[in-house]
Amino acid sequence: MIREVLKDQRGHVRAAARPPIAAAHLRKDAWWALPLTTFVVLTAFIIYSTWAALQNAHYYVAPYLSPFYSPCISKSCVHSTFGYGLPDMTFPVIGVLSPAFLILWGPGLFRLTCYYYRKAYYRSFWLAPAACAVRDVKGGYSGETRFPLIVQNFHRYAWYVAVIFIVLLTWDALLAFRFPDPRGGTQFGIGIGTLVMWINVIFLAGYTFSCHSCRHVCGGHVDVFSKTPARSSLWHVLTRLNEKHPTFAWLSLFSVGLTDLYIRLVSMGIIRDLRIL
Amino acid sequence: MPTYTMRVFRGDPGGGEFKDYRVETGEGMVVLDVIHRIQATEAPDLACRWNCKAGKCGSCSAEINGKPRLMCMTRMNLFEEGETISVAPIRTFPLIRDLVTDVSYNYEKAKQVPPLRLKPPDPDGKYRMMQEDVDRAQEFHKCIECFLCQDVCHVIRDHEEHKPKFAGPRFFIKIAGLAMHPLDTVDRTKWVGTHAGVGLCNITKCCTEVCPEHIHITDNGIIPMKERMADNVDPVVWLLRKFRGAKGKQPA
Ligand code: SF4
Ligand code: SF4
Ligand code: FES
Ligand code: FES
Repeated sequence: MIREVLKDQRGHVRAAARPPIAAAHLRKDAWWALPLTTFVVLTAFIIYSTWAALQNAHYYVAPYLSPFYSPCISKSCVHSTFGYGLPDMTFPVIGVLSPAFLILWGPGLFRLTCYYYRKAYYRSFWLAPAACAVRDVKGGYSGETRFPLIVQNFHRYAWYVAVIFIVLLTWDALLAFRFPDPRGGTQFGIGIGTLVMWINVIFLAGYTFSCHSCRHVCGGHVDVFSKTPARSSLWHVLTRLNEKHPTFAWLSLFSVGLTDLYIRLVSMGIIRDLRIL
Repeated sequence: MPTYTMRVFRGDPGGGEFKDYRVETGEGMVVLDVIHRIQATEAPDLACRWNCKAGKCGSCSAEINGKPRLMCMTRMNLFEEGETISVAPIRTFPLIRDLVTDVSYNYEKAKQVPPLRLKPPDPDGKYRMMQEDVDRAQEFHKCIECFLCQDVCHVIRDHEEHKPKFAGPRFFIKIAGLAMHPLDTVDRTKWVGTHAGVGLCNITKCCTEVCPEHIHITDNGIIPMKERMADNVDPVVWLLRKFRGAKGKQPA
């Protein structure tokens, strides 16, 4: 109706054309700063973690195990706690690469398909869009409707795997209290490395349990909350946690990289681990 | 009184350009006031749409310094004195004139959303819902239909070809609200993919960023719908449903 009235009043047919504004955007603020920072930080993390995974050395110094090399899945693993009774992995590819690559696909896929990281890298790497109301760089766009991006919808499987990793890393953090006793055996102790490993596992757990898939699977799927009080309460708790998901995403990214770096430097003898207890 | 240069888009579908107006502002003024002052002084034919001047009718959507915002809720003291401020129409929809666009795309999309289909009432003929069952969807009801989220969404803003198959964030929250309704019997999880194009959304969250009602469009509407779609292909969910009994919803 309105369309007709306006057309008559003006005496000409309105073309279905958009405002004739050529500029790709009219923003005046530093909209590029955030995607650029994200690009730099994520690239740095990818480079460091790939390098660390390729080293296949300096990932263990008693009693600390780098999260990049946990769990131990090869006989040649220098981390003796898990090393017994495991096969010696000598597949051509795996033999050349380090066992870290057999592990990292799990947490790697979890982060790659994470709703928050998707936002982060679609904006900073894909530039679709780099910032709000800034034109997409590429012309064609199919979102997450086709292979390979349609696979993003299976994020929850990666979440199931990630939960297993939280159990494993908690176990490693518990073992980080067992220092080798000079008289033989082990003794209880706390070192800076123990704290580093605990901070890392707490951030990683925060990240894993604030996940959108977790929030959905644990209660979000319910339509009538009053009939499922346990799932409803869990959903409310996870919703609070979910609001912090981006924070945990970054904190855990830094903590996992820095934990590896700390253990690596101690193992290389570059720094000394201080014993607190 | 601080003075600003307002760079306002003037034109119609045939063509147009930005025109500068020097405007003196007063205490507490918003961009819409400044537009009205321009109308009252220099350009009585400047077209703009507004109604409430209280951020509740959703009429005065525009792009101010390139950001989709409500003109009536954008205070002038947000800007540096003497700054040049651009005011453009929302660029995703066809232009009518100056700052007014034709947003009927959204009304067409609204018509396509499968409506609520209620369960049979309780034996006494009444419908009952608990407050806690509707709390979640209440957030979506704050929507004022300003269509700023639809404007900023790059799926249609930058890719006109997706308009026929993409409902957009405003309607994703509408669909999510219906899907979470305790008395509804329609299964919208397939429909939202096939007919509303939720798969085109790459959850980059611009809709959430611009929403003047601060609705968590992506986190509470779109992602839960994507997760509900994933339920259909999750064997764990399938097993649990077998065990607990199916939800009893009919596909849209
Ligand atoms: S999150 Fe999705 S719906 Fe919202 S603006 Fe981005 S692409 Fe569009
Ligand atoms: S969801 Fe927010 S931005 Fe979108 S139309 Fe409603 S109020 Fe406007
Ligand atoms: S880990 Fe980020 S959403 Fe699941
Ligand atoms: S005039 Fe009503 S929202 Fe701005």
